[in-house]
Amino acid sequence: MRKFLKLPFADLIFALISFSAAFTVLTLIFSTIYVLYDESSLAIHKFGILNFLFNVDWDPVNEIFGAASSLYGTFVTTVFSLMIAIPVSIGIAIFLSEISPHLMKTPVGIAIEMLAAIPSIIYGMWGLFTLAPIMANYIEPTLQSIFGDIPIIGKLFEGTPMGIDLFTASIILSIMITPFIASISRDSFNLTPNIVKESAYALGATHWEVIRDIVIPYAKLGVYGGIVLALGRALGETMAVAFVLGNNHQITPSLFEAAATITVTLANEFTEADTDIYLSSLFYLALILFVLSFVILAAAKFFLLKAEKGYSR
Amino acid sequence: MIYNPNIVKRRKIRGFIALLLSTLAAGLGLFWLGFILFDVLRHGLTAINLDFFLEDPAPPGVPGGGLRNAFVGQLLITLFATIIGVPIGLLAGTFIAEYARGTKFAKVISILSDIMVSVPSIVVGTFIYAIMVMPVGHFNGWAGAAALAFIMIPVVLRTTEDMLSLVPWTLREAAFALGASYFKVIKDIVYRAAITGILTGIILSIARVAGETAPLLFTSFNNSFFTLNMNEPMSSLTVTIFVYAMGPYEDWHEKAWAAAFVITFFILIVTILSRSIIYWKYKSKS
Repeated sequence: MRKFLKLPFADLIFALISFSAAFTVLTLIFSTIYVLYDESSLAIHKFGILNFLFNVDWDPVNEIFGAASSLYGTFVTTVFSLMIAIPVSIGIAIFLSEISPHLMKTPVGIAIEMLAAIPSIIYGMWGLFTLAPIMANYIEPTLQSIFGDIPIIGKLFEGTPMGIDLFTASIILSIMITPFIASISRDSFNLTPNIVKESAYALGATHWEVIRDIVIPYAKLGVYGGIVLALGRALGETMAVAFVLGNNHQITPSLFEAAATITVTLANEFTEADTDIYLSSLFYLALILFVLSFVILAAAKFFLLKAEKGYSR
Repeated sequence: MIYNPNIVKRRKIRGFIALLLSTLAAGLGLFWLGFILFDVLRHGLTAINLDFFLEDPAPPGVPGGGLRNAFVGQLLITLFATIIGVPIGLLAGTFIAEYARGTKFAKVISILSDIMVSVPSIVVGTFIYAIMVMPVGHFNGWAGAAALAFIMIPVVLRTTEDMLSLVPWTLREAAFALGASYFKVIKDIVYRAAITGILTGIILSIARVAGETAPLLFTSFNNSFFTLNMNEPMSSLTVTIFVYAMGPYEDWHEKAWAAAFVITFFILIVTILSRSIIYWKYKSKS
C-alpha cells in the first residue's frame, strides 16, 4: 500500500481506476453467489438442501420441486460424454504430438481447436436436424439389436429410438469437449523432454511403449487438468443439449429416453415460471450449477497449475 | 532374457494398433468438424439471399421476409457489451500485470478469471435477470449487453495480462531511467508494444460472445419487430436461431440455417485470422 501512495498523482488515479476494474471481477463473483442465493432463499427455506437435491419430483402444478431429475440428466450426459471424449481426445493428442508429420501438425491442431470455437447453438441445431435423425434411424436401432437382449446392459438401450434423448445429447457434448482435452493434453505431451524419450528408445522400447510408459505418465497432471476442465464445461453446456434432450423430468436407466439437465431446465422453463416458488426453485438450480462448476473448474485449475510447476522444475 | 521373436512381433503389432487408433481418433475429430461445417454451409447457402439481411420477419408461417431485426439487435447488444466489458477487462488486466505484478492479489484475480471464463453462461443469464430484468419488469437490450459484458471481462482480462507480461521488463526500465512515471510508461511504452496482441485478444473475445445464446435468453429475450431501443426486448441472431429451429415452420428452419451459417463463418474466420496474427507476431519474436 505504501508503494502506491508514493506514486505521482496521475499514477495514483490510474492505479486506483485499474484497481477498481480488477476488483469488479471479485465483485461479480460474490454478487452472483449472493443474488442467486437471495433469489432462491424462498425455495431453500421451503425444500431444504438435501431434500431438494434428492427429491425426484419436478411438479410446477402442485408446486413441488426437486433437483434430482435434473442432476441425474446432468450427471449421465456428463459422464457418458467424458467416456467417449477422453479416449478420442487422448488419441488426437498422441497423433498431434507423436505421430503426425510436421507439416500436418499446425493445420490439424487448428482444425481440432476450431471445434471449440463453433458456438454451442450451432451444435444444438445441427444435432436436432442432422444427428438426431441419423441416430433414430440407423445407430440406435443397431445398438438395440446388438445389446438389447443382454440382461442389465440391455436396459441402457430400451425404448423407442427417437434421437431426442440422453444418448444423442452425450454424443454432441463429447464432440464439444474433445478439443479442450485434446489441446491441453497435446501441450503437456509436447513438454516431455526428448532425452527421456530417447533413453527409452535406446532400451529398445517401441514407439507406442514410449508413449504409454514415458509420455503419458510424464504429462499425467496436465491431462487430468484437461479432463476436469472438460467436465466443468460439459456440466454447464446449455444450447447444445437443449435441442436434443427433450426436457423431460424423469430418471430412467435407458439412454434412449428424453431427460432434463439443470441447464436445459433453466433454458426451457425460466421465462415460463409463473409462481414465485417456481422461479425461486429455478434460481436454486442455477445456484447449485454455479457452485458445482466453480468447484470443478477450480480443481481443474489446481491440476493445471501443479502441472505447470512440475514441468518448469 | 532369451530373445523371443514372438514377443517382439506382439509388441510391434500392439504398437501399430495403438498408433492406428490414435490416427483414427484424429480423423474422427476432423470428420465431425467437416460434417458440421459442411451441413451448415449446405443448408445455409440455399437459404441465404439479399432479403434475409434487409427485410424484417414475415408473420409466422408466411414465407419470405428476413432477419434484419436480429442482425441489428445482435450488433447493438454486442457493441454495448464491448463498450462496457472491454475497458473493465483491459484496465483490470493492466492492474494485475503492472501495478500488482507478482502479488497474491494478482494471482487470485488471474485464477478466478480463468475459472470465470468457463463458468456456465446460462448462470450469468439468471444473475443478470435477477438484477436487471426483474426490477424493471420486462426484458431489455441493456440486460443482454450486460450479460455479454460479464462474459467478456475475464476473457479480455486474461489476454491483456498475458500480452502485457510478454513485453520485456527492460523496456519499462529504460523508460523509468528517463524519469517517466509508471502511468506514462504503461500508456506510451507497454500498451504500444502490446497493442497488436491486445486488439486481437479483444476481437477474439467479441467473436466468443457473438455466439452466446444462453445468457441472452432471459435478458434481451426476443422481439419479432425491428427496434433500436435498448430498453425493449431485443432480438439477436442466436436467440432467433433457437426459436426458429424449435418452431414448426419449414421456412423458419431455413432462416435458422442461414443465420447459423452467417454466425458460424463469421466466428471461424475472425478466430482463425486473429489467432494467426498473434501466432506470426509472437513467433517471429521469440
